[in-house]
Amino acid sequence: MGLKTFPGGIHPHDFKDFSKDKKIEEMPLPQKVVIPLSQHIGAPSKPIVKVGDEVLAGQRIAEAGGFVSIPMHSSISGKVTKLAKFNHPTGILVQGIEITGDGEDRWVELTDDSNYMDLCAKDMKDRITAAGICGMGGAGFPTHVKLSPPEGKTIDTIILNGVECEPYLTADYRIMLEQAEDIIAGLKILMKTVDAKNGVIGIEANKPDAIKLFKKLLKNEKNIKVVGLQLKYPQGAEKQLIYAATKRKVPNKGGLPMDVNVVVQNVGTAIAVYEAVRYQKPLVERVITVSGRIVKEPKNIRARIGTIYSDLLEFCGSTTEDIGKVISGGPMMGFAMPSLETPMTKGSSGLLLFDMKEAHREKEDVCLRCGRCVDICPMYLVPSLIAHHVRNDDWNSAEKFGVMECMKCGSCAYVCPSHIKLIQWIDIGKIKVSENRQK
Amino acid sequence: MNDVFAVSAAPHIKQNISVSAVMWQVVLALMPALLIGIFFFGIQSLLLTLYAVVAAVSTEALIQRFRKVPVTISDGSAVVTGILIAFNINSSSPWWLPVIGAVFAIAIGKQIFGGLGFNIFNPALLGRAFMMASWPTLMTAGWKATTPMSNLFQSSINGLRNLPSNVPEVITSATPLGVVKALRDTTQISIDMANTVMDNLTSMNTLQDLFWGNIGGVIGEVSAAALLIGAAYLAWKHIIEWRIPVSYIGTVFVLTYIFGGINGLFSASILLPIFHILSGGLILGAFFMATDMVTSPVTKKGRLIFGLGCGFLTVVIRLIGGYPEGVSYSILLMNITVPLIDRYTTPKSFGEVKK
Repeated sequence: MGLKTFPGGIHPHDFKDFSKDKKIEEMPLPQKVVIPLSQHIGAPSKPIVKVGDEVLAGQRIAEAGGFVSIPMHSSISGKVTKLAKFNHPTGILVQGIEITGDGEDRWVELTDDSNYMDLCAKDMKDRITAAGICGMGGAGFPTHVKLSPPEGKTIDTIILNGVECEPYLTADYRIMLEQAEDIIAGLKILMKTVDAKNGVIGIEANKPDAIKLFKKLLKNEKNIKVVGLQLKYPQGAEKQLIYAATKRKVPNKGGLPMDVNVVVQNVGTAIAVYEAVRYQKPLVERVITVSGRIVKEPKNIRARIGTIYSDLLEFCGSTTEDIGKVISGGPMMGFAMPSLETPMTKGSSGLLLFDMKEAHREKEDVCLRCGRCVDICPMYLVPSLIAHHVRNDDWNSAEKFGVMECMKCGSCAYVCPSHIKLIQWIDIGKIKVSENRQK
Repeated sequence: MNDVFAVSAAPHIKQNISVSAVMWQVVLALMPALLIGIFFFGIQSLLLTLYAVVAAVSTEALIQRFRKVPVTISDGSAVVTGILIAFNINSSSPWWLPVIGAVFAIAIGKQIFGGLGFNIFNPALLGRAFMMASWPTLMTAGWKATTPMSNLFQSSINGLRNLPSNVPEVITSATPLGVVKALRDTTQISIDMANTVMDNLTSMNTLQDLFWGNIGGVIGEVSAAALLIGAAYLAWKHIIEWRIPVSYIGTVFVLTYIFGGINGLFSASILLPIFHILSGGLILGAFFMATDMVTSPVTKKGRLIFGLGCGFLTVVIRLIGGYPEGVSYSILLMNITVPLIDRYTTPKSFGEVKK
């Protein structure tokens, strides 16, 4: 099997054994959910309900706040009980809508359009837009925006990201095994919306059964291919995946995949797209991995958006030891959260629980200039020098050394023998440089 | 469950590696060469190494206490410097030589700049340069093997055993590189004799001795094989990277092949570059000193240029300069250029658009 990949990268232990063989379980209806109005990149959504309103599952409760934004829907039926600021997985407080469930799971009316592939591209896109879909791999870019290239840009290839290179996470793996047909249907819709000739499903080599399954299902599809990818982090990063699958390099300094005629979507997003176009079902649930050594029963769970993380953990039997750290997402790029009283969002791929020892961080030593970060940086940056400039408040040099090009994959900090918090410094640099640009 | 948990920036997992792990692995990688040194030159080699290590570590501790900064001697970096200092002297040296060398290396080569991570020069090489300038005869004379153990094997260069008796002393008592140097000086020796000696030096016998260490020399440079075992270990552990050693040694190979012969360009046997690589401090220098993280470029292209520069200077010194050996000065000179190299070799980020 000729495995493809990208230059650079690291090989962290993948910790997927905790949950990779656990079939997706349905989370029982939560008593309450909190729907944050920012679950995506772009303007926050605008609420259209008020406290006391009765809502159905799937009912729109917030409008998109602009073009680069998405509407939000209630994920359970019940009553709006609060409009306030709530914890957000990224560690900040974000305006959200709390819905207390009535336990009945009454839904808005869904359709079943079995001839959905006859819809025109515009109707498909409208349904995707209405369903409030954003990228479910983590970054949360609104899907309909990716599918609306500006005049003059054409898309010839849709790549589905089934890499799931973050350690611990197995949600995408499970949906690929259990919902492969839906994923393929979603891919075909995505291809039709932008008139792309080719479809690619990129899957990392540590999921051979998923690769095999898709190859079997796509045997007769000439224009969709399955690409096996080398086991390496960050294989699932957008630009790295595009390069591995197509040998195309997304231009640096602000280039987008559409500049090389490609759109990348996560496999979970493809399912959401399929359900949106066929059933007009909004994105109100997703599969999330709850894992970690101390989790009593690590699981892959299909849960309603807005489910509180503590409920998810309880569903997994809680933990066997004291919790040292709680992470939303994967261990490489996910967010450490101060509290489990935080709702999961459309981009929540995992909930990880670390014990005290796993949470321990060494203090920073001086940079040895060993160059390990340079050797592995998939963006060809010099992370140690960027951090050095940020530390010295030298924003211009930080910018010159490409701080804005960094995708924060965390590989540099992972390999640093001096335990330098490179991503933290780079993050500060990114904030300062964008502030300066706005001036 | 209203606990408040610690938060930190991603990533939340970390490779199991630290500064001290890196340094102690370098120490480990130097052990084969030390063992071979003890094997050939006796227990004196071990004692001298211990003196140097103790001197280096205590100097570091003292200065750090004096500077009121945390004492970091357990990180192993001073141990590495101590060992490398001892590796650069021969086993008949007096005890105070490595001690002074190590004190100078740590005090002037490292702590004066602010300690590990901030020094411009490789501390051990600076220490060696200091010893070389202060006690040149101690540093270069007495390279011959000194112990009964080594006499069992060989006490002189194989290639020079069957020479006519009228070969001047400058040849017979010199190090192999000293011989090669002297051969180029036609006032000392006739062309015929020079050619004979050169043939002997580049014979397979000599090269094998140089490789396994069956020769005289300083403690740590004696066996290329032992050094290469250590280097292979460091490469496997991703502590050294191929670019500097390969471009360094490659440059020496090419340049000595072109310019190394005594009868003009390209007159050298293909074995002469191999002789140059195996003799002197090149293997030790290319794998353990030029690769010193703190004093070499961080960029990939920069490392290639750095190795190229080291190789060029080494060959210039060996063939034209006043010393038979130029590894340490080459690396020291190139250390100065590191910030400049880094500045002009900043890589273009992934996806750079060709204009």
